[in-house]
Amino acid sequence: MAEAIDRVGFVRATRTLTPTIRLIEIEPVDGFVAPTPGSHLDVSVMIGDRPDVRSYSVVGPCADGAYRIAVKRLEASRGGSAYMWSLAPGSRLAHSAPGNHFGLTLGRPDYLLLAGGIGVTPIFSHALALQRAGARFRLVYACRSRSDLALADELRGEIGDRLEIVIGEERGRVDVAGEIARLDADGEVYVCGPIGMLETARRAWAESGRPPDRLRFETFGASGRWPAVPFALKIPRLGKEIHVPATQSLLDALEAAGVEMIADCRRGECGLCALPILGLNGVVDHRDVFFSDAEKAANAKLCTCVSRVYGSEITLDTPDR
Amino acid sequence: MASGQPFPLNAWYPAAWSHEVQPALLPRTLCGRDIVLYRRPNGGVAALEDACWHRLLPLSMGRLAGDEVVCGYHGLVFNASGRCTHMPAQSTINPAACVRAYPAVERHRLVWVWPGDPALADESAMPDFHWNDGTEWRGEGGAFTSLKCDWRLVVDNLMDLTHETYVHSGSIGHDAILDAPFEVTHTDRTATMTRWMIDIDAPPFWGRLLGKPGRVDRWQIVTFQAPAVVVGDVGVAPTGTGARAGDRSQGVNGAFLAAIAPETETSCHYFWNFVRTFRVDDDQLTDSLRRGHVDEGRGVYDQDHVVLEAQQRAIARNPRTPFYNLNIDAGALWARRLIDRLVAREQATRAPGQAAE
Repeated sequence: MAEAIDRVGFVRATRTLTPTIRLIEIEPVDGFVAPTPGSHLDVSVMIGDRPDVRSYSVVGPCADGAYRIAVKRLEASRGGSAYMWSLAPGSRLAHSAPGNHFGLTLGRPDYLLLAGGIGVTPIFSHALALQRAGARFRLVYACRSRSDLALADELRGEIGDRLEIVIGEERGRVDVAGEIARLDADGEVYVCGPIGMLETARRAWAESGRPPDRLRFETFGASGRWPAVPFALKIPRLGKEIHVPATQSLLDALEAAGVEMIADCRRGECGLCALPILGLNGVVDHRDVFFSDAEKAANAKLCTCVSRVYGSEITLDTPDR
Repeated sequence: MASGQPFPLNAWYPAAWSHEVQPALLPRTLCGRDIVLYRRPNGGVAALEDACWHRLLPLSMGRLAGDEVVCGYHGLVFNASGRCTHMPAQSTINPAACVRAYPAVERHRLVWVWPGDPALADESAMPDFHWNDGTEWRGEGGAFTSLKCDWRLVVDNLMDLTHETYVHSGSIGHDAILDAPFEVTHTDRTATMTRWMIDIDAPPFWGRLLGKPGRVDRWQIVTFQAPAVVVGDVGVAPTGTGARAGDRSQGVNGAFLAAIAPETETSCHYFWNFVRTFRVDDDQLTDSLRRGHVDEGRGVYDQDHVVLEAQQRAIARNPRTPFYNLNIDAGALWARRLIDRLVAREQATRAPGQAAE
């Protein structure tokens, strides 16, 4: 559920961390609520002339009373990241108090933190909190190329050898099963990264036979197995044919076309916006964590908030009667 | 008084007597937070937010299944860490589905809960309540749960025993209390009121326990440990036998123990005991001492109970700045100063959302 956008802040500074990731410092006007590790801010963005809401993880404890968020500029952005990148010092931004769907539980004997790409932002805060608590942990941070690394120097400075960087171009994928095997039997894993990394982690965790609740993860539904491409959406029940651009979610396209939808989390967790699939020309890029692997393979439904079609067309049913 | 809530959150508060926490769901509100406690199969204590993540029904209305709580509405299951382990009608679990798990530690026959930032929960900050262990000192106490007064009124009550003369006349009250000088001292975490009454007639309660004729020296050394504990070292010895100089061997020594937790801003839980180092194996005495304190309205703490709740009602109806103070209030005022300081320090460093959470 989204937090209430009931606060205002001003951009104090921006810093470009990588060619596609920018750190934005927001000085709150309405009082600062220090974020717990794993927190996010919901911010109000303008997509064209239409307001919308985006969530960004808070980076670090923000001890000086200004929120720091990191925003990755996405090629296939729905417009939120482009808007955020347009902000300059002095820009006004409406935002929520920090919310947390990815809280850190202290007191475990061992931790594995797994970050992929921009997923490093909440993991950064977790790592600092674990370091401060004197906990035993490792952070494996995977990136496609060295130029994609954000916050790596800060992390190295804070946690030293507990950080391991895996560059995809140089070393390939993280050996998630191997990392899990090294973890204490009562240890926990915190994962934030692209859906492929999440699914790998979920599978490896299930195979390890460890308690499911000790695998903690967060996804923004931003990345899939395939690139975002435009496709056609047909709804025979309503006699509609809708064009879904690469920069728009299925859910947004449905709502923009006047199809009434029920949705809540909008990040592929709750399953409320799922619709039945009647036909398909292409493959479904399931980007949610609501459906199980078996359900995704069966392709009976998809979560319209995050999942897409890699192909030309999908036919869906709606609950309209 | 610092603005906002009148209690620090980053502190250990008593939540229950150990024996109250069974393999069953025990709801208890601390510092305005609804918490459900239960005894885990491994013997530990779980303390979870008492509201289902889904629709907020108190989890205490559900049932305990081994080491997990099943919500009584839609069957969501939460483990002792507060993580959801089952959701109805789906084969995965929403990763955001958690209820808060509060740090809980069992010590000195009580369960203590830390309502604030779990990252700051520090077992070394546990108050010293060893008198309640049931070893060297003996006694069986009880609890007033949901006592309808600001928890600080209980602290006030215990830090100034002048009230005994008026509230508890006929048992521990005595005019000598009014005449004896007292001294109040403090450290940065404690406040102590010391009063020695030398060569007085024993008040009825103490005269019976001492079992010796003649006049006595009586002491009351009451120490507050911020924010939630008061221990009163009390007793009498035949006068002239050196009690004040340190030799209490001819006397009888007891201690009243209070661990107090705010329930809301105007109600609290008061875990009490009266323990002693004499006739420790005399179960009949243990029982009669308990009944002397709480006995269907006839005990001394029942008398306090009536006063404290009436005082709270009066405060609500008299919005003037809380109270006027007398010199007898020095102990209570030091205790409140220490509480205020903890609250102020916490608000100044108000860290992560937990402050308000």
